[in-house]
Formats: sequence, C-alpha cells, structure tokens
Amino acid sequence: MALLRHTTDDVVERQALTVNPAKTCQPIGAMYAALGIHRCLPHSHGSQGCCSYHRSTLSRHYKEPAMAATSSFTEGSSVFGGQANLLQGLNTIFSVYKPDVVAVHTTCLSETIGDDIPQIADAAVAKGFVPEGKRVIHCNTPSYVGSHTTGFANMTKAMVDYFSTSTTDEKIDGQVNIIPGWVEPADMSEIKRLVKLMGLDGITFPDTSGVLDAPLKSEYNMYPDGGTTIDQLESTGDSAGTIALGPICSGPAAEALKNKCQVPQETLPLPIGLRATDIFIQALRKYNGGEVPAEITAERGRLVDLVSDMSQYFYGKTVALWGDPDQLVSLTQFLVDLDMRPKYIVTGTPGKAFLRRIGEVLGDSVKEVIAKQGPQADMLYLHQLIKREKVDLLIGNTYGKYISRDEDIPLLRHGFPIIDRIGHQYFPTTGYRGAMRLCEKILDAFLDRQDRDSPEESFELTM
Amino acid sequence: MTTTQILADRRAHIHEKGTAPFNIACEKQSVAGSVSQRACVFCGSRVVLYPIADALHVIHGPIGCAAYTWDIRGAWSSGPQLHRMSFSTDLQEKDVVFGGEKKLYQALVELIEHYRPKAAFIYSTCIVGLIGDDVEAICRRVSAETGVETIPVHSEGFKGSKKDGYTAACNALDQLVGTGDTTGISPLSINILGDFNIAGETWVIKDYYKKMGVDVVATITGDGRVDDIRRCHGAALNVVQCSGSMTQLAMKMKQEYGIPIIRVSYFGIEDMSKALYDVAEYLNDKTVMKNTQNLVRDEVSNLVPQLRKYKHDLQGKRAAVYTGGAFKALSMIRSLRTLGMKTVIAGSQTGNKQDYKRLQELSDEGTVILDDTNPLELAKFLEEKKADLLIGGVKERPIAYKLGLGFCDHNHERKIGLAGFEGMLNFAKEVHGTVTSPVWKLASLRDRLVDRHRLLDGDRSRNGNRFVEGGNAS
Repeated sequence: MALLRHTTDDVVERQALTVNPAKTCQPIGAMYAALGIHRCLPHSHGSQGCCSYHRSTLSRHYKEPAMAATSSFTEGSSVFGGQANLLQGLNTIFSVYKPDVVAVHTTCLSETIGDDIPQIADAAVAKGFVPEGKRVIHCNTPSYVGSHTTGFANMTKAMVDYFSTSTTDEKIDGQVNIIPGWVEPADMSEIKRLVKLMGLDGITFPDTSGVLDAPLKSEYNMYPDGGTTIDQLESTGDSAGTIALGPICSGPAAEALKNKCQVPQETLPLPIGLRATDIFIQALRKYNGGEVPAEITAERGRLVDLVSDMSQYFYGKTVALWGDPDQLVSLTQFLVDLDMRPKYIVTGTPGKAFLRRIGEVLGDSVKEVIAKQGPQADMLYLHQLIKREKVDLLIGNTYGKYISRDEDIPLLRHGFPIIDRIGHQYFPTTGYRGAMRLCEKILDAFLDRQDRDSPEESFELTM
Repeated sequence: MTTTQILADRRAHIHEKGTAPFNIACEKQSVAGSVSQRACVFCGSRVVLYPIADALHVIHGPIGCAAYTWDIRGAWSSGPQLHRMSFSTDLQEKDVVFGGEKKLYQALVELIEHYRPKAAFIYSTCIVGLIGDDVEAICRRVSAETGVETIPVHSEGFKGSKKDGYTAACNALDQLVGTGDTTGISPLSINILGDFNIAGETWVIKDYYKKMGVDVVATITGDGRVDDIRRCHGAALNVVQCSGSMTQLAMKMKQEYGIPIIRVSYFGIEDMSKALYDVAEYLNDKTVMKNTQNLVRDEVSNLVPQLRKYKHDLQGKRAAVYTGGAFKALSMIRSLRTLGMKTVIAGSQTGNKQDYKRLQELSDEGTVILDDTNPLELAKFLEEKKADLLIGGVKERPIAYKLGLGFCDHNHERKIGLAGFEGMLNFAKEVHGTVTSPVWKLASLRDRLVDRHRLLDGDRSRNGNRFVEGGNAS
C-alpha cells in the first residue's frame, strides 16, 4: 500500500499550505550551533515543548544526549513576558549545570511577546546569577522567519557578536577562522584535518566534533571534550582571515567578524564534492604561502581515480535532491561533475539567492532542471514532480523515504535530519575523502538496485 | 540523603524509600532553567489524537511544530495513512503581524477538498494563542461549508504541560462522541481507551477481547477511526489505559452516557491478566469469563517457560524506569520483577500524587522516586544506584548508553510491541539483549585489559560453548 497514494502527478499551485515540509524552524539550528561551543548549555527561551522537540530531534539524528535548558513558559509568561523565567533560568543553570557559556535563543512565542534578551541577561548579571568568567550570549530566532539554517547562522553570528575581539592591528599570520556551517561532527573534524594538513592554525566555530560524536567512556559528561573554547572564539578577531563555508549558515558570521574586527572574509560553497573542495583548498593556500601538501594532492588524485572507475555507471543518471541550500548547491555541482543529471532540487528554506546559485553551478543544463524554494517547496511538491517524470536516485534526509518506497527509487541519505539510520555522524562527506564516500554510496545504490532487479540470465558476478 | 547534588527546588520532587515519610512534590511547573525531559500542551494533544488515521491533522503555526511531529509515533493503522502526513500553515512573519486566519481557512478548504477526510483536527500552537486567531470561528465556517467536521484543538504550548494537552485532546474527541448511530452494539462491548497501537499493540489487545467474546466498539486512539469514535457511547464499558491521557474523556462519557470506567495496564503478566479478568468480571457473562480463563491460562502457560532462560541471566540486575506518567511505571516494576530484576529508580515526567504513592508502596526500600527529573540528576542516580538498565524514551537512550548501561524504549519509539503476553516475551528479549550485550564489556578499560582466558569465560556465559571447538585455532 502506498503511503503517499494520495499524491497525484498533478502539480497543484498552493498558496497557504505546506505538506510534508523540507525544512524545520530556526531554534533547533541555534541549539545545534550552540552545542559547538565548549562547555555551553543552549537555552530555549519559550515553552517547554520547543526545547523537548529540538533535543529529541538532535538526539534522533546524532544519537547523542543533546543538552539544553528551557524557560518553561506558562500562561503568565505569555501575558507578562518571560523575564522572570529567564532570570530564574539563568540562576538555576549556573548553580546546577555549571556551564561556561549559556547560549539563549528565542522562540516564536518569546519573540512575539518581545522579550529583550540582552536586557534580561544584564539584569541576571546585576543580580549575581552569572558567576565570574561565565558568559551569556543570545540570538533571536523567530520560528516564522527563514528555517533551521537561519537559526544556525544567527547563533554562529552571535558567537562573533559576543566573543570576537581584535586586540592588535597586526593579524596573526597563519591563523584562519573556519566557519563550517551545518554539517555533521565528522565533517567538522575532516575540515579541521585539511586545515591542519595545510599547515595552518584554524579556529573552527562552531565545532560540534567531540560533542555530538563523543566516545563512550562509561561515564556521563554533560559537557564532552569538544567544542570551540571561549579563548578561541575571542581570538577569531585577531585571525588573518575567515573562510565561511556556505553563505546561508556561515556567511552572516563572517560578515559580522569583518565589520567588527576587520578580519577579511571569503564565503565559499560547502566543500562537498571535488570542485567545492578545490575552492576550499585554494582559499587556504592564500594563508600558507601557497603550498599544497602531497597528502592532499594524493587524496584528490585518488578521488579522481575513483570517479574514473565509476563514471560509466554515473553517466546520465537523474537525481532529485532536497534539503538545505548550502548542501544542495555543492551536491548539485558534484553530481554534474560526476556526469549525472540533477533534475529536481527543492528546499523549504526561503530565499531567491538559492535559485541563482543553483543556476550558476548548472550553467547551460539549468533548462532541464526544476528548482524551487520556500514554503510550498515541500516533499509533496517534489513527489508530484517525480510522479510526472521519474528519477534514478533520491538524495536527501530521512523524509524522502516515503517517496523512495512508493516510487521504488533508491535513497541516499544526506543532510539533516537522518533519523532512520545510524553512523552518518561519524563519516564525513566533505573534503576529497568525503567525496569518495559519496561516490561509493551512490554507486552502491545503483548496483544494489541492478542486482535486485536483473533477471537471472543477466545477473552477473562482475559488474 | 544521598551524595547526589540536588538543586534545592528539586529536592521535594525526589524521594528515597525508607529515608523519610513519603510526600513527593509533583504536578508542578518545571523550574525554569531545568533541562527538563518534559514537553508542552501541543505535544500532549498531538500524540493523543495523532493515531486517528482517517482524520486530517493540520498544525496551525510556524513550521517547527509540524516538522517535529511528522510521523514520529509508530501508531500503526490497518487502513488509511492520512495521519502520517504533515500539514502546516507554515506561518511567516507577515502572518504573525496580520493574523493567520485567512491562511488557515484557505489551507483547510484546499486540504478537505483534496483528501475528503472523515474529520479534521486543527491544532493551535503558541503563536496562534498570542496573535489571537479565531480558530473556532474558522472551524465552524469550514465545517459548514465543506460538511466535514472541523474541530479546533486548543493546544497552545505555553498553556500548561503535556497533561493539559491531553485535556485539549479529550475535549476535541468529545465533540465526536455521541454523534453516531449505536444500533446493533452488543451489551458485551467495550471501548479501548489510551492505547495508541505503537508497534501494533492495540491489535494484540483487541484480539484478546475478541477471543473472550467481547466486541470492541472503538479504539481510542490507536488505529482509531472517526466513525467508531462517533458511536463509542454505545459501548457497555470504557477500559482505560495510560490513565493520564484518557481519563477525562472516560469521565465525560460516564457523566453523559453513564458508561463505567475501569483502569488497566496491558504490560506484564499480572497486569495484563488482571485487565482481562476485570473486563470479564464487569461484563458478568459466564461464557466471557470461561473464555477469559482459558485465554489467560493458555497464554500464561505458554509464556512462562519461555521467560525462564531470560530470567536466569537477568536475576538480580538493577533497573531504572523513567516514563511519561507514573501509572505505567507500576507495570514496569512488576514486569521487571517477573524477570528477576530489581527497580532501583522509578520516575516520571508528569505523574500524580496518587500514582507516586502506589509506586512508592510497590517499590523496595532504597528505591529512588523522581518527578520531572533532568539528565544530570538521572545520570548521577543511575551511577549511584548501580543500575544495569534504563527504561525511558528518546532523550534518555543516549544517556544510558554513555554510561554504559542497557536501554529499553518503552515510549513512542518502541519498535516491537511490549503490550500483552507476547509483548512480555518481547520485553524480556529486549531487556536481555541490552543488559547482557557484550558492548558494555568492550566499553570498560578494565575488561579490555584482562587476559584472554577470562574473556573466553565471560563470553561463554552468554554464548554457550561457542569458543570451545575453535578454541585452539589461534
């Protein structure tokens, strides 16, 4: 029985309705970003449910405890404002959970009530609720603006607003800020590895590696070892430059840092796939004197070698993609480089720049592609397109599994959230090695399908 | 009382049996700033109504509330799958400023025309309560225009706790109850309330009742149908599980239609058997009673020998239980006892005083009882009480694993039915699998460094003589 059997190939224009969304709301992004600060407790200033949903979703995806506190709004708070809740909240947090940083984000409720978070945080300091050396930072994350990626960007920018400090006119040679965007903890590790191989001192923020992929040590640490430290965040103001990976998630922070501390910035595509990784490595060369170590060159060579082995299978294959704009642009570029044909590209995150960026990577082949953004760019819309004309492969988060099943199309899980498979958080898809893994997964999907479907006479041992 | 550091405001919510007279604080708003495991009003309404499979569920608010509750609860349906779709008005900034009524109206008309559902539930989220959309008026208008009953659910997140969401859900259901034709309903009939068909559990229970000769008029809400709910006031008895969510609907039906209530649990041999006997006793029919005796005898005699081997390995192991309501924890403690295990921590997100009192009475000396706990507190008690197993939900699982303990999901995300007699066997297997998993040994440095002989011994206890034959191979 088809789960989505209601879906027809008739693409109906809808005005007021999102069906099976290809996005979620801002606060969860702020929470994920905040977990990338060392010893930071995210705080959700709103109703209890928001915090619970975000923590559950993060736990479902990362398979890790996701810690965050909540202001636990009541009917009273919605009338009189949430100041009393946040004050009590900060007092509770610092006396019981003892974080170094509390990162407050708002919700649609507190945002609409109009709570002034910096003013409340100042009041908490005045009341002595914030111990010496501890910090409270905040960002506004109205759920009715943008998407989860916007929330990630806002909290990352808050790290600059609150911490980055320029102490000298001379920037530190070889110290580069890397803003990795919303990627898996393993991607953050991979990006850091590449920066290190390039001989640079990188400050990566936020950095959820070591936080949301912490080892099992038979003890419970509310604050695992990972995360960007306050010292590192402060020092970003003295770095020689900033490389922002992904304009949506990382661009605003890089721009803020440039304005605040005059750190030059470059906003690049997320380094998913060969070309985007090339761009990243090129950008790093500006800071290390131009050297590219043999190890990285070899990794790139291995990727190209792998693609050459696989290219015969990739040729002309059509793909539907959904998810977050920064991921989709780089993935689209990579698919084109693999000689595949992205056909439908959908993101719930509103913003017309997405279509322009997709157009840029597609070049002439843009005519054959349908790309859509915003509230009605949802999974129902995508399904209708696929019903009209099928594709060979789906790439996106778990929410594509219904379409995958109903249309019998293989699904490569990528992005957020992935709540029906385990392990993705440990294996990067960024960098040359990440690209190799993507290639392997794509080809496995095609060949597994071929093995499943081929009649006995053409079912072959070597393929 | 213990070495665990406890926030002053939390102290009253924790009781260690035998240390003081029992007087636990509960049913209170969480302390602001807590890393509470609780959710909101919307969550309460959403989980209760969600399994009604032929209704349209539309979430009026920004996208998050719809995204986070899209098909997260494995409440299986034997027919329509409409409940598994996620519909949202996806409110944007301009809607928050100018109101979302128009958008909601348009969305409902579009959806109802397309899906022709049996009824529609419209969930209000925080923001709707604040901007003051008149959802009731829109529902009335849409009902009148489309002929499909469109029911507002007053589930603004900030208006209380998850429990208040249950109330809102019961009020919404109450609009349906009493609107259908009850002709032909047998006097030997019941409604199943408060089972949500997670992993097909309602079907297991329904099948028992069928074997007893009892008709089930409506399952509320597991594998639920609008038309069944409309006529469920024709049943002779309301059998209520998960008392937190459904008691209010049952109470209303008692007042309006005089339908009596019995409260049951379907978890564990004792509680499962008692549930069936209680129903049979109430219906006071000889054949039903005879059938029930046969059913329970057959099931129990089939089950008990199968539990033996699990009990053998689990004897004396220590468990912690953290559930949504406290009533369920009672069944857990009994089921764990059946497996030879001792419950050292028992708690819930939203238990009431009466349930906590029973929990306390059922517990052993030294058992810690927790209301609305947080991960830090829970983790410290798990270590202090040397638990081998935690039973809880999605947010508790990784905490248990990090500590190197077994975990069993007894919440929305259980994937194997744990209700009924066959559920007890599943429960035993699941608990056995996780408590005796070799991974916990791998985790400990001490065990990693022991000599090979001891490792082999350790493995033998779990895997029989697997290593004996090939023991010299290396």
